[in-house]
Amino acid sequence: MKKGRIKVMQGNEACVEAAILAGCRFFAGYPITPASEILEGMARRLPLVDGFCLQAEDEIAAIVAVVGASWGGAKAMTATSGPGFCLMQEGVGLAASVESPCVIVNVQRGGPASGQSTSTAQGDLYQARYGSNGDYSLITLCPSTSQEMFDHTIRAFNLAERFRIPVIILSDEVVAHIREKVTIPDPDQLEIVERKKPTVPMEEFIPFQAGEDDVPPMPAFNTGYKIPVISQAKSLSGNRGNAKEAEAFIHRITRKVDAHIAEFADVRTYGDEKAETAFVSFGSVCRSARSAVDMAREKGLALRSVEVKTIWPFPDDLLRSKLTGAKRMVVAEMNLGMLVNEVRRVIRRPDIPIELFSKIGGIYPQPQEFLRFLEEKR
Amino acid sequence: MNPLGEKYLRKNFLPFLFCPGCGDGMIVQAFLEAVDDLGIINDLALAAGIGCSAWIPVYIHADVLKVLHGRAIPAAIGLKATRPSRKVVVFTGDGDGLAIGGNHLLHAARRNIDITVVMVNNQIYAMTGGQVAPSTPVGSRTQTTPYGNLEKPLDGCKVAIAAGATMVSRWSTAYPKALSRTFKKAMNHKGFSFVEVISQCPVQTGRYILGSGAPHFNLQWIKDHCVPVEDPSQIGEVEAQGKIPVGDFLQIEKPEFMEEVQRMNQKAKEAQSKGGER
Repeated sequence: MKKGRIKVMQGNEACVEAAILAGCRFFAGYPITPASEILEGMARRLPLVDGFCLQAEDEIAAIVAVVGASWGGAKAMTATSGPGFCLMQEGVGLAASVESPCVIVNVQRGGPASGQSTSTAQGDLYQARYGSNGDYSLITLCPSTSQEMFDHTIRAFNLAERFRIPVIILSDEVVAHIREKVTIPDPDQLEIVERKKPTVPMEEFIPFQAGEDDVPPMPAFNTGYKIPVISQAKSLSGNRGNAKEAEAFIHRITRKVDAHIAEFADVRTYGDEKAETAFVSFGSVCRSARSAVDMAREKGLALRSVEVKTIWPFPDDLLRSKLTGAKRMVVAEMNLGMLVNEVRRVIRRPDIPIELFSKIGGIYPQPQEFLRFLEEKR
Repeated sequence: MNPLGEKYLRKNFLPFLFCPGCGDGMIVQAFLEAVDDLGIINDLALAAGIGCSAWIPVYIHADVLKVLHGRAIPAAIGLKATRPSRKVVVFTGDGDGLAIGGNHLLHAARRNIDITVVMVNNQIYAMTGGQVAPSTPVGSRTQTTPYGNLEKPLDGCKVAIAAGATMVSRWSTAYPKALSRTFKKAMNHKGFSFVEVISQCPVQTGRYILGSGAPHFNLQWIKDHCVPVEDPSQIGEVEAQGKIPVGDFLQIEKPEFMEEVQRMNQKAKEAQSKGGER
């Protein structure tokens, strides 16, 4: 058991607490429901640790300021919800292209457009992965509880620093606003990762040349490296790349994440690992799936809840292994069917039906609904 | 090579991508003169967006962050906020700075954050092939105003003054010494400084708006149309003649944003240690 203190917190508050502990010293955001408590919390906390919180003129400014701060040498974060996440997409691609470590929290609400500002949803799953133009890769984490929001925020900063990528935390209104116990470990109990810095002098430094792990060292601005950082597809020196150089660059910035998926993929099982019926879900829906498992157990029915915690890049191998032996799979999500596509792509077993439990409109699914679904669709 | 070029250019990135006769090379020279005089190359953090002028800083051997179209100012704010001792300079164009990035200009000026924005105005979208810009004169025929431009141009200097910039100047590539002096003044100014540079684009503006793609014709056009004013009160008079006033329009002292932030942080920490906050 980790040493620490216990506090009752919303997911959004847990995110702020973890960001400060992870070393975040720059935050930029724009008010939006249901993410505003993160901006408010950072505005209160950052001045106390010599950081800076910018309420930007829009979400585009927020994410680009985060990229600037990242090159300025800071750990930086922004938080928003669907409509703001739309505006941020150009910045997500920018962060991927200039390889700026940063954390982007998207507290999902109903969509499309202004949608349902105070209701929960999970419709931004594909936007988190494919929202910006071109080929790039990033990591997306999906917390289900306040504790996971805390843990995932620390992890998001660590993964961003490790891979020099934007890491997205795909939260939702339920996780954001539910109040529950969070164990906040003592700072010395936390593993904190810092970006790799160049070890050679400027004359020998090649700005976008990486070693075996495909992640080049990153100097902060004004530390003697005089680095050219452009948003174009680059050569190793950082200039506009020719066809060959552009190809190598795009391969590298995707491979540096995708080839290391085993290092960070996280899919967990709750309940009976050998149960023939499995729920697959992510985010707040995992909470109801867990309760459904418990309720079914009381009735003598074995269920497993398979919870996808790192949803991008999609953990194909890990999910397949977590679903071994399952004869019936129900993918539960608060959209018209997104995660289910990935599960069908990964499982590809014509003998196993992969069913969709979809609920939209902003009312969170109850565990009883899951159990009814299992009975009625049988 | 020019000794300043020898000292400060990123030689493995040459040649410039600028067209023959472009004003951007002259701006590089004027800027490097100012940087050399001030001896601040190691403190520079340059930011840019998209467009011809956005490539100006890329050739300068300094830390450079070239981001998306219109977004140089937010990137500059991120750089400034993470280390206020940096000399942060943004290079933007009339389209990048006044159209797609116009909102960021307003809000950076309003904050009076200590960054310098150099806005190169060639009166057109040049890199994309000569489309109308927010700075294009009424009546101009461009690729997207084939029957003449109906929209009145936006005056970047007036916008910056109205939004709260504390130093605002406009010069041109035809007055390189004044330009260099102004760059120096702007980088020394504590607060948000805005320097507009009227520059020539022989390939687009010259050929399609002014009537000739010859570089000397375009530079002469600037000399004929830019009228230096000693005092901002003369601006209206020059504009009434259909000319472009140039000069140092504003320099005032107001509290600088990052200094205010540091004071606020200090106060917040003191209050916390006394048990006031949280």
